[in-house]
Amino acid sequence: MTNAVVTDPVRGIIVAHGTMAAGLVEAATRVSGVEEGVLVAISNDGLGPEELRDAILSDASGGSALVFTDLAAGSCTLAARICCSQGAPLAVVSGVNLAMLLDFLFHRELPLDDLVEHVVSRGKEGVRALATPKRTDTGRADSAHVDPAVPR
Amino acid sequence: MSIQLFRVDERLIHGQVVIGWGRRLHPRRFVVVDDDLAASEWEQELYQLAVDDQAEVVFLGIDGARAALPDLLGDAVPTILLTRNLAAMGRLAADELMAGEEVNLGGLHPGEGRRAVRGWLNLGSEDLGWIHRLTEAGVTVEARDLPDSAPVKMSEILSG
Repeated sequence: MTNAVVTDPVRGIIVAHGTMAAGLVEAATRVSGVEEGVLVAISNDGLGPEELRDAILSDASGGSALVFTDLAAGSCTLAARICCSQGAPLAVVSGVNLAMLLDFLFHRELPLDDLVEHVVSRGKEGVRALATPKRTDTGRADSAHVDPAVPR
Repeated sequence: MSIQLFRVDERLIHGQVVIGWGRRLHPRRFVVVDDDLAASEWEQELYQLAVDDQAEVVFLGIDGARAALPDLLGDAVPTILLTRNLAAMGRLAADELMAGEEVNLGGLHPGEGRRAVRGWLNLGSEDLGWIHRLTEAGVTVEARDLPDSAPVKMSEILSG
């Protein structure tokens, strides 16, 4: 884990199938209020492998970037990993979700390695099965059935 | 027959192949026929990681694949064979080495000189030439992106 001082916040690039990336950028921007341009969306629609890599490298130029992809086994992840292996200052995290992106937006000043660990952890925490409180005759939730995962 | 799918797809091993076709065919082996990849270990590792432990991935150049094809066709390991373009598949099938087999066109993206048949199927004159050669070598060519998709008619592929 690096202790390097980050001079510029890490930029975020989302690479995914269809309109997923654009949808996530819009959602994350709306929820967080972060200015536009902090997160960039790339769809693999109509792009061959080389064009996709070029698109990632184009958006990644000028500093460190964290590339979020959808499927670990997908063409988006493969393209991002090839860019990484060619020396671009990138890190790649697959399985992107909104919780992960929001965490990224509020911790972009962290060194890239630390930021990766942070967003992966938050992304995983965002995946949980939630029980529904059981309504009693009084109209109040039965506390015995309140979801223990929800913090009080 | 162990090779359940011969597919032309520029993205080679990716989600649509591993998940879309994989869930139907349950391959235990992927054979990638590509001269450049056959010589690049670090890129091979990346493609292998896309499959995890689900299946073996074998990388062969075209000459090596032609030599190995009789054995690959004869063994019992369910296999998907991939090339990234029609030229490679056409060279693999030369001299009727794949006579009686079917080649699936699944992912050829827009490019200079290519006409869009579908968003995922773009063909130029060179591609059409290779389709003719495959047909003359006894290979049936069909185009669909996923196993349950309606195939694209050959008349539509060859027109224009």
